[in-house]
Amino acid sequence: MNLTLRIWRQKNSNTPGQFVEYKADDISPDMSFLEMLDIVNEGLIKRGEEPIAFDHDCREGICGTCGMVINGVAHGPLGATTTCQLHMRHFGDGQSITIEPWRARPFPVIKDLVVDRSAFDRVIQAGGYISVRTGGTPDGNAFPIPKPDADLSMDAAACIGCGACVAACKNASAMLFVAAKASHLNILPQGKPEKDRRVLNMVRAMDEEGFGNCTVMGSCEAVCPKEISLDFISRMNRDYLKALWRRK
Amino acid sequence: MGEVRDSTMRLDAKIPSGPLAEKWSRHRNHIKLINPANKRKFDVIVVGSGLAGGSASATLSELGYKVKCFCFQDSPRRAHSIAAQGGINAAKNYQNDGDSVYRLFYDTIKGGDFRAREANVYRLAEVSVNIIDQCVAQGVPFAREYSGYLANRSFGGAQVSRTFYARGQTGQQLLLGAYQALAKQIEAGGVRMYPRAEMLDLVMIDGNAKGIVVRDLVTGEISSHAADAVVLATGGYGNVFFLSTNAKGCNVTAIWRAYKRGALLANPCYTQIHPTCIPVSGDHQSKLTLMSESLRNDGRVWVPRNKGDHRAPGEIPKEERDYFLERKYPAYGNLAPRDISSRAAKEVCDEGRGVGPGGRGVYLDFADAIERLGLNMIRERYGNLFEMYERITGEDAYKAPMRIYPASHYTMGGLWVDYNLMSNVPGLYVIGEANFSDHGANRLGASALMQGLADGYFILPYTIGDYFATGRPAKPSLDHPEFKKVEEEIARRTNKFLSIKGHRTVTEFHRELGKLMWDKCGMARNEAGLKEALERIPALRQEFWEDVNVLGDGNELNQSLEYSGRVADFMEFAELLVLDALTRDESCGAHFREDHQTPDGEAMRDDENFSYVAAWEYQGLDTRPILHKEPLVYEEVHLAQRSYK
Repeated sequence: MNLTLRIWRQKNSNTPGQFVEYKADDISPDMSFLEMLDIVNEGLIKRGEEPIAFDHDCREGICGTCGMVINGVAHGPLGATTTCQLHMRHFGDGQSITIEPWRARPFPVIKDLVVDRSAFDRVIQAGGYISVRTGGTPDGNAFPIPKPDADLSMDAAACIGCGACVAACKNASAMLFVAAKASHLNILPQGKPEKDRRVLNMVRAMDEEGFGNCTVMGSCEAVCPKEISLDFISRMNRDYLKALWRRK
Repeated sequence: MGEVRDSTMRLDAKIPSGPLAEKWSRHRNHIKLINPANKRKFDVIVVGSGLAGGSASATLSELGYKVKCFCFQDSPRRAHSIAAQGGINAAKNYQNDGDSVYRLFYDTIKGGDFRAREANVYRLAEVSVNIIDQCVAQGVPFAREYSGYLANRSFGGAQVSRTFYARGQTGQQLLLGAYQALAKQIEAGGVRMYPRAEMLDLVMIDGNAKGIVVRDLVTGEISSHAADAVVLATGGYGNVFFLSTNAKGCNVTAIWRAYKRGALLANPCYTQIHPTCIPVSGDHQSKLTLMSESLRNDGRVWVPRNKGDHRAPGEIPKEERDYFLERKYPAYGNLAPRDISSRAAKEVCDEGRGVGPGGRGVYLDFADAIERLGLNMIRERYGNLFEMYERITGEDAYKAPMRIYPASHYTMGGLWVDYNLMSNVPGLYVIGEANFSDHGANRLGASALMQGLADGYFILPYTIGDYFATGRPAKPSLDHPEFKKVEEEIARRTNKFLSIKGHRTVTEFHRELGKLMWDKCGMARNEAGLKEALERIPALRQEFWEDVNVLGDGNELNQSLEYSGRVADFMEFAELLVLDALTRDESCGAHFREDHQTPDGEAMRDDENFSYVAAWEYQGLDTRPILHKEPLVYEEVHLAQRSYK
């Protein structure tokens, strides 16, 4: 299949970017979206033009490195998928595809489609952990955890930290990410002792990074490659209110 | 290159004395400790932030050491450990099915085809139980029974159920546990994290590892970092085959640079080919995707009995199918170890009975399991894997069998380390997949996660103190001229890449190298093919340095430049891998020499001549490296032909 691509090119964070049009010819429907970009890049290098920079690593949908807005949708049209797991069979011959980086103030563009998501790491550093040291822990079976709780925690823990939720949100809110990360630990008995501190500190860090507010429109859930549920946002709001109350 | 020069130098693995089961506890009781107040006087550099590097950084920092951790990814949470699906082994015997530390130890030694160091493996099995406790305390959401207790599954090469898992994302969850522990220490000021930073060289001062030189991948800035010890946790080199299940960024650079500075590289020819990957779909293929081996618990592997049978799988009656793993290995069936299953798949495809495009594939069929357990149970166990399969192939594996084919997955070889996980270079430690120590010639499923976390949480944090306490190494200083010298070498290399302006892209060279390695030094190897590869690799390398085209500048984010450096190192490393494969004139585990097989096609070891670790010492690119042999002495187990029949 043959495609027309409009791709965001930006030299670095200080230089304004622009869309540039490229042709992608003889694309196989079995290629992944990133393999299609590989082919485009090989062609660019052959012509002496600088290839398009984009982040990627595992290419199997788990590392959370890749991510681009494809025709206005974070990670593209398929739903419940990362960009690397999106295959060209979901596009039509002759189609035009617009490709942009995540656009959110807390995620400044580094180059082309590459953005800086270190704000997420700082939110985790503010409290997204259980303060246990290595060693001296009780036997893994010392405390049974009801299966539904373990499963729900796992649903939240499945978040890959790709940032699609932020990119899709008109307010650039990180609520789905932060809620997933906080809930993963807050649901488990091991996470209970630090539950209040955790949610207060993570939300504070989220605000300090400049992420916007949540108006529960659900765009985040719609693009989340791991289908993290909006319910976790409600849960975090509840945990947050309780923590505020208890702090008083 | 001339003849192999065997060294007479004896490699001292520093294995503690005493009975096998007591070695580690005795050692821990005798190694020197550092006073808590003095620990903060020691700087430790950790390169890599996967299970090994992340857990080591967090733990060393908790103990009080000043840690700098480097990773090339944009966040330490993205290291390739994240992609491990199936699980982590531990000798908990929660299932009451006869498991024990000894049995896990024995299975690992046997799985490694008796080419691993006994004492290291026993210790690994011993600390495996602590890992599970640690991870549960960190909040890793392992799968549980309705009772609330931890669930297990079985894995290849074992007859007990000892694998702990978190759906099909065990690596992700364990890595997040280590990452969170690391985040806690970053917040506390104990670890300084350098994401998007790639180690380009090791700095040696007076024969000791004293620091590294790093490129900031965003600004291109080259900087030096000094430390009292350097820990490499930089993973494996499976991408030497171009197509592998490794993440695209995985590379050999850190360990190769260390090798060129004097560290010994051991057993590079032990490369594992994983049997259950999604087959190649065309020339555009950029990487291969693994389907967790846990699928073999319920999936049955087969091909048509007759050559050239192109009917759809559902139209082939049972009696015209060949369930070749069940037929050849009745005791283990579809759970035969990885190397054996991979070769069996290759064999039936070579016979012309392979399925799918190009005939390079075999079926992994769940129809019987769905009938036995119901669709919901299968969905519960493997739902995400079935989804992943559908996403990539466009096929629904609940309705038709999956197609799978072996792919490069894990590398057992790596830098040589002693029992303390220190290389022969004082102050240079190597942990996780980057070292060679625990898996022998073949790794069992669900053991990579175990080793990474064992090294990082429970072994290195003890052993590194002994080096600081006994070695009393001189304080490192960035003023030493060696740092400047290495920085200048790197700058020259960068300029060289950018100035060649040839005709071929880095990817084209990498693809060509990978194909050569896969054809001549992949799942099956022979003397003629290896010799041919040894001639072709230097020629390809020369062509690379004359004709590669790397655009852009050194002082910005430049992915082609990053990639060119990694491929340049693969071009050198590949030759050592092949040399090792040629020198090891026997078959063992994943290293299968066609010239050494039993009449029924199994690997034929030569214990008399090859029961050693091959540790290579660099002598310059055009000189054959020196081979040092560490004899493998078995006090506890009896060497036997590995049989899974």
